[in-house]
Amino acid sequence: MLSTRDLVLCALFAALLGGLGMAPPIPLGFLPVPVTAQTLGVMLAGTILGAKRGSIAASLFVLLVAAGLPLLAGGRGGIGVLMGPTGGFVLSWPVGAFVTGWLAERFATTANPIRLFAVSVLGGILVVYAGGIPWLWLVAGLPIDKAVFGSLAFVPGDLIKAGIAAVAASGVRRAGILPIHA
Amino acid sequence: MIELRSVTHAYGDRPVLHDLSLRLAERRIAILGGNGSGKSTLARLLNGLIVPAAGTVTVDGLDTRSDGRAVRQRVGFVFQNPDTQIVYPTVEEDLAFGLKARKLPKDEIARRVAGALERYNLDRYRHQPAHQMSGGEKQLLAIAGVLVLEPAYVIFDEPTTLLDLRNRRKVIDLLCGLPQTVIVVTHDLDMVKDFDRALVLEDGRIVADGPPAETVPAYIERLG
Amino acid sequence: MLGLYLHRESVVHRLPAGAKLGGLLLVTVLVLALPGGWGALAAGLIGAAVLVAARLPARRVLAELRAPVLMLALLFGFQALLAGGGWEETAVAVARFAALILLATLVTLTTRVMDMVDLFEQLFGRLRPVGVNPAKMALMLALTIRFIPLLGEQVREVRMAQRARGVERNIAALFVPLLVKILTMADDLTAALEARGYDPVDAGTNDSKTKNSTQR
Repeated sequence: MLSTRDLVLCALFAALLGGLGMAPPIPLGFLPVPVTAQTLGVMLAGTILGAKRGSIAASLFVLLVAAGLPLLAGGRGGIGVLMGPTGGFVLSWPVGAFVTGWLAERFATTANPIRLFAVSVLGGILVVYAGGIPWLWLVAGLPIDKAVFGSLAFVPGDLIKAGIAAVAASGVRRAGILPIHA
Repeated sequence: MIELRSVTHAYGDRPVLHDLSLRLAERRIAILGGNGSGKSTLARLLNGLIVPAAGTVTVDGLDTRSDGRAVRQRVGFVFQNPDTQIVYPTVEEDLAFGLKARKLPKDEIARRVAGALERYNLDRYRHQPAHQMSGGEKQLLAIAGVLVLEPAYVIFDEPTTLLDLRNRRKVIDLLCGLPQTVIVVTHDLDMVKDFDRALVLEDGRIVADGPPAETVPAYIERLG
Repeated sequence: MLGLYLHRESVVHRLPAGAKLGGLLLVTVLVLALPGGWGALAAGLIGAAVLVAARLPARRVLAELRAPVLMLALLFGFQALLAGGGWEETAVAVARFAALILLATLVTLTTRVMDMVDLFEQLFGRLRPVGVNPAKMALMLALTIRFIPLLGEQVREVRMAQRARGVERNIAALFVPLLVKILTMADDLTAALEARGYDPVDAGTNDSKTKNSTQR
C-alpha cells in the first residue's frame, strides 16, 4: 500500500518529468524530435524511487500528457502525440522506470555510479527503445532495421543522460537520503 | 489545554528534547529558540505529527499517540513554506482538500470554502492556479486552508520567515485576531511582544518561561 | 495549467470526455481494419466535420499536426525510396495516420484537462478490483499538476547555474541539490497533508465522485 509519503514522491517525480520538459530542448537537426532531458527523469525516478513508485511517477506523467497538458519537450502533448510515430517512446517510460527501478533494487543499492549507470542504460534506454522502435514500425511502417538505425542517432545523447542520472543518483545515495527500500 | 509530561525525543541518536513537562493553556503562546534548539520538533509533537520517544502529549485529554486523528482535528498546523502546504492546483480546490479528507458533506464543504474565500480575501483567486500567487498570498491561502477546518488550536511554525514586511504584517494581524488558541514558533520577536506567554528553548530544554516582557530580553541576552 | 484546450462554444466541446475518447477509439479501430485509403478518407472526413463543428481555427489545428505528419512523410518517403515502392501506397499510409492524429488532436483541443482527469478517475474506479485506488490516483494527479510549474522553475535554475558555471563543470553535480530539494519537499508536503487530516488508510473508502471538478 502506498503511504502518504509514497504518493507525494510519485507526484513530485512526475512533476519533475514535466519540469524537465520545460527546459529548452537540444535540437538534433535531421529529425523533428528534439533531445530532451526527460528520459533523465525516467532514469532518476527508477533509481531513486524504485520499481513501483518510479513506474507510478512515469505513468502519472503519461496520463497528464494524454489529458492534454503540454508537458512533452517543445510544449507538445495530447493523445495525438502519443498516437504519433514517436508515441511509443513516451508510452514506454513507465516500463522503463519500472525496469530501471527493479534492477536498481537488486543490483545498484549502493552509491556505485557504474552500477547506477548500467541500470539506467538498461531500463532508461534499452527498454524505452524496445517500446519505441516497434511502435515506429507499427505506426510508420518503418522496417525494424531502419527504425533501429534511425534511433541510433539518439543513443549518444541518451548515454550522456544515463551518465548524469547515475552520478546524480549516486550523489543522493551518498547524501544518505531515502535509501531505495525506504 | 495541551499538556506534555516528561517528553523526550531524539532523531536516531541525536537528542532534541530532554524531559519536557509543560501545560499550555494561554491564548497566545510563543516558542522562541535558535536553529537546532528543538522548537520545531516541539511544535510537531503538539498535534501528533511526531509522537514522542518517551513521555506523553495530550490535547484536551486526548493522547497524540493513540488518538492522532482526533488530535489533528483539534490542532491545526501552519508551516513555514507555503509552497509545500498548498496541495491542489487551484485555490478553491485546495481550501476544500482538508474538508474532503474529513469527509464532510458536500454542501458543508461548499459553505465553508465560500466563507473562507470571502473572509481571507481570496475570492478573486478562486479558480486561479496557486503558483501564480505571490509568497504572501500563498501563505494566506495556506493559513486559510487550515482555518477552514475550524481547529480549536492553531500552531504556526515560523509563519513569517519567508515573507516581506508588508505580508509579514498581514499574517501577524490575521494571527492575532484569531479566536483560537495560537502557539507560534518564531524568531520574530516583534510579533510576540503582546503574547500571554513566551518560552525559550535551548538544546532541547526550556531555559525561560513567562510573559514576553521578561523572557524576550532573557532570550536576547542568551543570543548575545 | 491551461493545457492545449482551446475554448469555443460548440457541440463538440460540450460532449462528455468519455464519449469523445470512446469515439476516437472506435474510429481508430475502424481505420486500422479498413483496407487501403478508405479508412483514411473516412477518418479525414470525420476529422474535417469535427473541425468545422468545433469551430476551431484550421490553421492552429494543422500546426499541431505539422511535426508528426512531416515525420511520417519523411519516414515513408525514405522507405519508398529504399524499397522502390509506389508513391500511392506511401501516400495512403501517411494519410491513414495523419487522419487519426488529427482526430486525436481534436479530442485534446476540445476537452478540458480536468474533464479528462475526471474521466481517468472514473476509469480507475473500474480498476479497483486489481488494486488501483482511485482516490489516491486523484490526489497524485492533482499534486503533480500543482507541482509541475514549481519544478519547472527548479529545473530552469539548474540550467542557469549550469550556464553560469560553464559547461565544463560537472552537470550531474547540479542535479544533486535539485533532487535533495525534491526529497526535502516530499517530507514537508507529507507533513502538510497529514496535518490537514489526510490519512491514506481511509482515502480508498471515499468515493472519488465527491470530487468537485472546477472548471478551467
